[in-house]
Amino acid sequence: MDRDVDRQLVALEVNGERTELFLPVHKTLLEVVREDMQLTGTKHGCELGECGTCTVLIDGKPELSCLLVPLQVEGRAITTIEGMAKGSVLHPLQHAFAEVGAAQCGYCSPGILLVAKSLLESNGTPSRDEIREALAGNLCRCTGYSKILDAVELAADQIRRSSPLAGEVAHRAGGAAEPA
Amino acid sequence: MLRLPRFKYLRPKTAREAAHMATELGPRAMFVAGGTDLFPKLKRRQFEVEALISLDFLSREVRPGAQTTELGAGVTLSAAAADGHLGSHFQGYAEAAGLVSSPPLRNAGTIGGNLCVDTRCNYYDMTYEWRKAIGFCLKKDGAICLVAPSSPRCWAVSSSDTGPMAMALEGIVTLAGVDGERELPVAALYRDDGIDYLAKQPNEVVTGLRLPETEGVHSAYVKLRRRGSIDFPIAGAAVALQLEGDTVRSCRIVLSAVASHPLEARAADEFLTGRSPDEETVRAAAEIAAKHAKPLDNADLTHFWRKRMVRVVVEQAIELAATRTRGPRVKLLGQ
Amino acid sequence: MTSPRNEYAVIGKPFPKPDAVSKVTGSAVYADDMLPARTLHCRILRSPHPHARILSIDTSAARRMPGVRAVITGADLPIKFGILPVTQDERALEHEKVRYVGDPIAAVAAVDEEIAAAACDAVAVEYEVLEPVMSIDEALAEAKDERIQDYGGPNNIHKLVALEFGDVDAGFEKADHIREDVFFFQGNTHLPMEQHSAIATFVDGRVTLWSSTQVVHYVHRALAKVLELPMNRIRVIGAAHGGGFGGKTDPFAHEIIVSKLAMLTGRPVKCTLTREEVFYAHRGRHPVLMWVRGGVTKDGRITAMHFKTALDGGAYGSYGVASTFYTGALQTVTYDIPAYRFEGCRVFTNKPPCGPKRGHGTPQPRFALELHLEKIALDLGMDPVDLKQRNFVKPMTRTVNWLRVTSCGLDECTDRVMTASGYRSREKRPGRGLGFAISSYLSGAGTAIYWNDMPHSEVQIKVDRGGVTAYCGAMDIGQGSDSVLAAVVAEELGLQPRDIRLVTADTDTTPIDLGSYSSRVTFMAGNAALQAARKMRDMLVEAVAAKTGRAAAEVTVGAGRIGDLTFEEASILGEARFGTLTSAGSYKPPKIAGPYKGSGVGPSPAYSYSACVVDLDADARTGIVHVNKVWIAHDVGRAINPLLVEGQIEGSIYMGLGEALMEEQAFRKGLHKWPSMLEYKSPTIMDMPEVETFIVETDDPEGPYGAKEAGQGPLLPVIPAVSSAVFDALGVWIDEVPLTPEKIIEALRRKEKGEPPRFGPVRFPSIPYPDCIKVEPPPRELDHASAASI
Repeated sequence: MDRDVDRQLVALEVNGERTELFLPVHKTLLEVVREDMQLTGTKHGCELGECGTCTVLIDGKPELSCLLVPLQVEGRAITTIEGMAKGSVLHPLQHAFAEVGAAQCGYCSPGILLVAKSLLESNGTPSRDEIREALAGNLCRCTGYSKILDAVELAADQIRRSSPLAGEVAHRAGGAAEPA
Repeated sequence: MLRLPRFKYLRPKTAREAAHMATELGPRAMFVAGGTDLFPKLKRRQFEVEALISLDFLSREVRPGAQTTELGAGVTLSAAAADGHLGSHFQGYAEAAGLVSSPPLRNAGTIGGNLCVDTRCNYYDMTYEWRKAIGFCLKKDGAICLVAPSSPRCWAVSSSDTGPMAMALEGIVTLAGVDGERELPVAALYRDDGIDYLAKQPNEVVTGLRLPETEGVHSAYVKLRRRGSIDFPIAGAAVALQLEGDTVRSCRIVLSAVASHPLEARAADEFLTGRSPDEETVRAAAEIAAKHAKPLDNADLTHFWRKRMVRVVVEQAIELAATRTRGPRVKLLGQ
Repeated sequence: MTSPRNEYAVIGKPFPKPDAVSKVTGSAVYADDMLPARTLHCRILRSPHPHARILSIDTSAARRMPGVRAVITGADLPIKFGILPVTQDERALEHEKVRYVGDPIAAVAAVDEEIAAAACDAVAVEYEVLEPVMSIDEALAEAKDERIQDYGGPNNIHKLVALEFGDVDAGFEKADHIREDVFFFQGNTHLPMEQHSAIATFVDGRVTLWSSTQVVHYVHRALAKVLELPMNRIRVIGAAHGGGFGGKTDPFAHEIIVSKLAMLTGRPVKCTLTREEVFYAHRGRHPVLMWVRGGVTKDGRITAMHFKTALDGGAYGSYGVASTFYTGALQTVTYDIPAYRFEGCRVFTNKPPCGPKRGHGTPQPRFALELHLEKIALDLGMDPVDLKQRNFVKPMTRTVNWLRVTSCGLDECTDRVMTASGYRSREKRPGRGLGFAISSYLSGAGTAIYWNDMPHSEVQIKVDRGGVTAYCGAMDIGQGSDSVLAAVVAEELGLQPRDIRLVTADTDTTPIDLGSYSSRVTFMAGNAALQAARKMRDMLVEAVAAKTGRAAAEVTVGAGRIGDLTFEEASILGEARFGTLTSAGSYKPPKIAGPYKGSGVGPSPAYSYSACVVDLDADARTGIVHVNKVWIAHDVGRAINPLLVEGQIEGSIYMGLGEALMEEQAFRKGLHKWPSMLEYKSPTIMDMPEVETFIVETDDPEGPYGAKEAGQGPLLPVIPAVSSAVFDALGVWIDEVPLTPEKIIEALRRKEKGEPPRFGPVRFPSIPYPDCIKVEPPPRELDHASAASI
């Protein structure tokens, strides 16, 4: 508090958009995306790297935005939950999470969805244990994880079936999920 | 939410430049690599600095060689865990790296950072307000150790998973200072003190780790923690074992999270050497190894139980290292 | 499923939640996501002492700091509040005395959070430190300095309860075998992923508060009281909710503080608790010490039971009086106990206040009761499942303590998990065990927290040019209560759930609902919605019938049509005929409480039932338990949305396993020992076994479409089933929760030394319970005709 704030111009590439922001260097990426970029889909649960809620993707890999400062991620591709759907077309994982009830309170969902996205991009046919390994850093208090596992399996299946569209299936946003 | 304190963020291009900055700023600055240990502690005001010196320049490469395999200190824990060469030549090391905290944290955390990870104590790893309420401890802002008030020293616990394994594998760290580089056995990197737990100079940067390639050495790391992920070790055993036929030719056992430094179990090493690692021998060796472990009441679960568990993790790690040549992995504790 | 053929179009179908897309895209707006222009940030200074008198508070240095806009203390908010009318003992900020580490003292509104935090640190408080009271035993003894609260007593006792139903002594005389046991259930906390957060504005003399709360109505009442504003000048809106589990059911200090600061500064003021502060807000599971004495005949029929509890309540009342009654209320709802005595006691200690957590006051006695019966079965050489089953309550009966049981699927639930798990034919080998337990829970409390004769839930429906909007004060906390409303309205109007717009949890625009707690929403808001929707349907049918010249009974409703017309066409006819198309429905539970003081806790219009089998490995060397699988069957009456029912059941299993094996709200030197997500152990995905769920449908006579609760009941049997399974595996009883490895090792050591093979409390303290209020039991049989009231 008794020191001046060191502010720097930082160029961030978030969800494919490049933005230059004049930021305090001690502000975490979590605070920057939520407060300076209004990307409030990224949540926070513990503030200390202990719960996985604030996970974003850095060059496609999950990292904790509460433990990163913007200068560490300059020039790297940052993906938040807002970058997951293509316009109003949900990512198959988002569709699956909605369809099988993998999001209850939904507070951990953004982080979990991004981890799952990263997983499916490197392993299109993960076993249940591999999904568990990938999600081992993301706490959820509502679901008991069961429906989360189901949803990731379902999405993997849908992506496989819908290739060659490679990762995208046409889903209408806004409650496309009808029971079969 | 808890926020970081104000600091300047310095970005040197080389280790030498970083060392110069650290020399100039002294205790007012700290190095930051992955930041996974540093940032929570800054948020809790356990560290108070004016500047962070970024170690972004550190090599992120694993370079296998005939004599030694070199790891840049910037290799992330997840990269180390997934590296094919490490996985086949230094299984225990890759295993230890893969057992640190959680997947997203391992994507940022580095192997250099895990070697240097701050000692832990549940009187110390608390917010400023909590520590103020209890009256602060010797390690930060206080006059006494709250775990052992009559002791003159700090008993915070060494909590590195990869450090003990690197020690057992007789690894060597490269340190860069203002006058250039020097090498130090990992074993000499640590001191038995909760506060001054590192023997390197504060202005020296850990730039790399070399692991010697030794024919026939198999290694294993067994970590005890409450949950299947996220948690720091509450006991751990790193074992590097060289068998000749069915006889132990050499053995290094190093324990994690039972002292303020990774604890070598030399007596157990000697006991095992020249013997066949059958069940009874392994049990006896583990008994010897556990003797000097001194868990205190400053980590998860009771220290009595943790003390008891040291034998178990050592046994499992020896058995795992011994069976690595012949097949199926035993079920790990807490996994 | 045993349900009758499902003739519904929507009910019983697995529709996704109405908010599912907003939750998976990150577009749902939680309270902390709101950042209106000129928002000030609030931080709260909290007590560093567990027990102290405040001598002075000097805020002058904090006020002088640049960026600080307001600093308030208890002098600015002196009026006390509390969730129960009988325990209005909290202040938003305390200026006289602090009672736990974390008790709020002063609050700052500043232009950013960093300045607000620094200003809190600059507030100088002078204390006279008092001796803290940190355990039940200490609370029962005379206070060293002074009592924590100035009511209750003797010593630090908050509440004493003593009730006797039937002749207990005579019941024990009839018993062939009598056994006594002591158990302890350690406290734990909700740990919602979202920290509590609230943001207030003050515009045109009106306060608007968005909060992460489970009950907008109770926050509304507390704000009106403390801020001394009429309720019509306060609006409380439930923001998207990041998890409650009971932890956001009380009105909280920060909600009042941001409202006051908004009134003082004229700017929006936001306060989001840190994770550590969430541990201090707490209101979680009470630590409860329990003593139980049971008498049985030689064929295992219960003749009498005497149950004593001592609850460690923490520093304030919260829901504690209700919690105390709940530790004795529901034992009789699963087992036919012909004579029953209950003595309960809650004490104050210098810890964060305990309150309602999933299962509110009943997981602790359920743990004790199930294990007690297991031990009795062992004494008698009987199979514990047989013994329990012999004593199951029957549908359409009244319990000895006047609780009305209507539908009851205990037998079917038990059969389901017995068959699926192979419990009876399990292979016995050391280190592996199976454990069985049952439970029951309320579908909403039968009486309101504050006495009144008004409905507990109200729903309005508006139909306008084919658009249907349902309004209800119920708060969707992630469990899917909005989904229930949409499903019920859609079913009745022949539409799809996505056709129903929902406006919920807003005290200005929605009619009252008493909130998302006590598993009440499906039953109560569901019934209110059903009534409103049927009225609307009748109007539309009448309009269509009139137009088409048919009898109303001939007009069918379904598939988006009313008779031969589309819903939109029908709604236009209806509007032409009746004017604005609105309807309302409400629900008030039947008056079924027994004729005695304290009978308000326990009655519910319907009880859910569960049975559970846990399969685990317990390692004799380490004491480490690995849960292999859980089978659960839950009598939900009818699953309005089986997808969400399963979600509630699986989540309950998860939370139950966490409580059974690791979660613990522990204290050391007057402080919370581990107020962080790292050290408070909450199971990760690696720690969660596969769960096999069976939904049992008993078609409750009063539930909407026969539905009962699902959100809390399934947690209850998990914890005793884990302990029974450990006994099955290792032959030691762990009579204390959580079952940590060290306790198992200690029990095994005792077993080896020939001592009683158990770990748990050895004694129950002497408590000055008053003489029992003796209550004559009701007639036991209940026929359908009289089901609605006693």
